[in-house]
Amino acid sequence: MRHYEVTFIVDPVLSGDEIKTTAQAYVDMLQQEGCTIVHNDEMGLRQLAYPIKKRNSGVYYCVEFSSETGAFIPKVELALSRDERIMRFLTVALDKYGVKYNADKRAGLIGKKPTAKAVATVEGEGVATKKAEPAPKAEPKAAAPAPVQEEE
Amino acid sequence: MASRDDIKFLSNPKIGQKRTKYCRFRKFGIKYIDYKDPEFLVQFVNEQGKLLPRRITGNSLKYQRKVSAAVKRARHLAILPFVTDLLK
Repeated sequence: MRHYEVTFIVDPVLSGDEIKTTAQAYVDMLQQEGCTIVHNDEMGLRQLAYPIKKRNSGVYYCVEFSSETGAFIPKVELALSRDERIMRFLTVALDKYGVKYNADKRAGLIGKKPTAKAVATVEGEGVATKKAEPAPKAEPKAAAPAPVQEEE
Repeated sequence: MASRDDIKFLSNPKIGQKRTKYCRFRKFGIKYIDYKDPEFLVQFVNEQGKLLPRRITGNSLKYQRKVSAAVKRARHLAILPFVTDLLK
């Protein structure tokens, strides 16, 4: 089983429905090729770091999928590159750590620091654990994968 | 006899000592570097958006290669800029 991830940027000038149908067309295309969609992440409208096709923002989509072969990928990439509604795309093969990282990110584990405090609440009474549970959900998932010190 | 902790130095004796560099990926067990996370990747580029060398970040060669691949992917997807001023 091979794991892949395709990230693409849809033109933000299109209407909301058109953006969704464009993204859904490629999800359907991948399913027709016989691969299973693991996750379809709508990252939303983001500011681009530099202008592409005179646009300063774009709608990001990230589709993670797995398949037995990778033979259909050039076909999908050709369709993406011919599509004028797609500004950029990138297909990446995921290793086992990448698959695990994405699964952890969806579960909300990334960015949460496993401190001694969290361990203590788990060991403590049930009231403490109930209080501790909603906190990780409220945390945004966009965070560094681990506590990292700035070093320069 | 007074131990070293009792002595009050006029100057900080730690000044001039070299801080030991380490690979943060090995130390914290990070196995995968996400190219979609600009806040994390920005730690490995300078103000112009250029990759920092290993001698500054302290990354091991294995993870420096992964960092450089992730930064280049992020640049392609306009998550990080190719060239800029005052990125940080």
